[in-house]
Amino acid sequence: MNAETRNRIEALMGDYAAAIDDDRLEEWPDMFVDDCRYVVTSRQNHLEGLPHGTIYATSKGMLTDRVSALRDANIYEAQSYRHIVGSIQILGVDNGVATVRSNFLVVRIMHNGEMILFATGCYQDKIDVSGEKAKFRERLVICDSQNFDTLLAIPL
Amino acid sequence: MSHLADKPKSGVEWTSDKVTHVPYRVYTDEDQYALEKERIFKGPVWNYLCLEAELPEPGSFVVTRIAETPIVVTRDEDGSLHAFVNRCAHRGSLLCLQRSGKAQQITCVYHAWSYNLRGELTGVAFQRGVKREGGMPASFSKDDHHLRRLKVTTFCGLIFGTFSDETPDIETYLGEEIARRIKRVLHKPVKVLGRNTQILHNNWKLYFENTKDSYHASLLHLFFTTFEINRLNQKGGIVVDESGGHHASYSQIDPAIGNEEYGDQELRSANQDYSLADPSVLEGIDEFGDGVTLQILTVFPGFVLQQIRNAIAIRQVLPSGIDSTDLMWTYIGFEDDDEEMTERRLKQSNLAGPAGYISLEDGAVGNFVQRAIQGVDEDESIVLMGGDRAESQPYRATETSVRGFWKHYRTLMEGKVPDA
Repeated sequence: MNAETRNRIEALMGDYAAAIDDDRLEEWPDMFVDDCRYVVTSRQNHLEGLPHGTIYATSKGMLTDRVSALRDANIYEAQSYRHIVGSIQILGVDNGVATVRSNFLVVRIMHNGEMILFATGCYQDKIDVSGEKAKFRERLVICDSQNFDTLLAIPL
Repeated sequence: MSHLADKPKSGVEWTSDKVTHVPYRVYTDEDQYALEKERIFKGPVWNYLCLEAELPEPGSFVVTRIAETPIVVTRDEDGSLHAFVNRCAHRGSLLCLQRSGKAQQITCVYHAWSYNLRGELTGVAFQRGVKREGGMPASFSKDDHHLRRLKVTTFCGLIFGTFSDETPDIETYLGEEIARRIKRVLHKPVKVLGRNTQILHNNWKLYFENTKDSYHASLLHLFFTTFEINRLNQKGGIVVDESGGHHASYSQIDPAIGNEEYGDQELRSANQDYSLADPSVLEGIDEFGDGVTLQILTVFPGFVLQQIRNAIAIRQVLPSGIDSTDLMWTYIGFEDDDEEMTERRLKQSNLAGPAGYISLEDGAVGNFVQRAIQGVDEDESIVLMGGDRAESQPYRATETSVRGFWKHYRTLMEGKVPDA
């Protein structure tokens, strides 16, 4: 693995958090390849080998749909996230796909100023680093807690 | 209702003996909540505890709750099921400290009192003292200090428990039609696909009413309406059992009916331009062979069985305080599902749950009510859609099953059946 690969992965990680936190959700699906997987689960489900995802997407189209649903269909109080993503661990690169792990912490800020620690956990990623821009083939979001306060609208 | 005989009647006063006007104080009054724990959750009801599939072998245990009371459910050496309060008979410590597991006996960490899987006290550490000093009085009998045990029953792989001797057998409790509609879905052995918990900042009744309220479905949940999974103009209806406490709301696709009723009212949710980039999230099969695309079924006081196409889930409504509720979701499939079927269920599960396209709003809407009624002593909510009765109705623009909830609620709380 060379410095260029690491740079691409780090740029993707930074862009991902910034797009969500800055409410540029329309840019979020473009960070994935077309036949991607994006699953939000809990440590408990993951350890028990249970496949259910609180969000379970198996294509970029499903991510696009989630964004349009959030924009046009779903009703929820105005809120935003602040993602704090720890340093990345690149566990290996095979055939242009990097296996990457990182920790996250997400604070949710409501329109009235209420802030809570909304989620912590770890991202387990397969990242396509063959092109100029790195893209997620798979992002598994393993939340430490199985609890979700009120609802999970904006992606983690 | 002899369980009420020696207790003073108190709680929130209703303005009439009907259930069409619900005083807001029932959601905010601490005394009301204390009374509910006594008269409802410890009253003649079957509380859902867990699935038989979660207790696969002798020694399996699962920790759950009835309202705020901690409960352990076990399968003993003979394979029979038991449930008791998860509280040591000695000093009241919690016994089981994990969500589920396997054990030969249950030992309290505090002073090592131990119990068998039937909740009977079998061992008291240093009962005869140490070096013949101390110990329990000679009159102490272990038989007098078993755990507080519940009656347990099962139905279609669901385990229910009750504190009351007056609770009728489960089939009588459910009534024929509700029992049939549970069997319709849970007709073969299930497997758990996953779990999560939605923390709701509202009184438990606001959520339970929400699940019984078919009126809001196509108005609050735009996703539902747009993709014709559920419209008030589909074929369907509401079943309310005789007690009022249980219900099933169902719909079946009926292409013969148009959309005129929607068009005239210019509802926010009448958006026909919305289309999906990947519609596979909606690709269901008619696995029950009856064309029913949706069935939401409740069993009083806190059980929900959901069938949204092939997304099957159990929701357990657990009060954790006057204005907070844990909604425990268990997503299930069947043991004989192949990979393709499981994948279908997992995709369709995007529709429900804390991030569900057609359910995430329900996590917030109860809180909108709770915030708006804080400190309100006057005023009441109106439950008049579809009349003032709590009866089965062949349409869904109604609040009949919400009235049913209040019918059974008032029956248990006040000891007499209201006019509904």
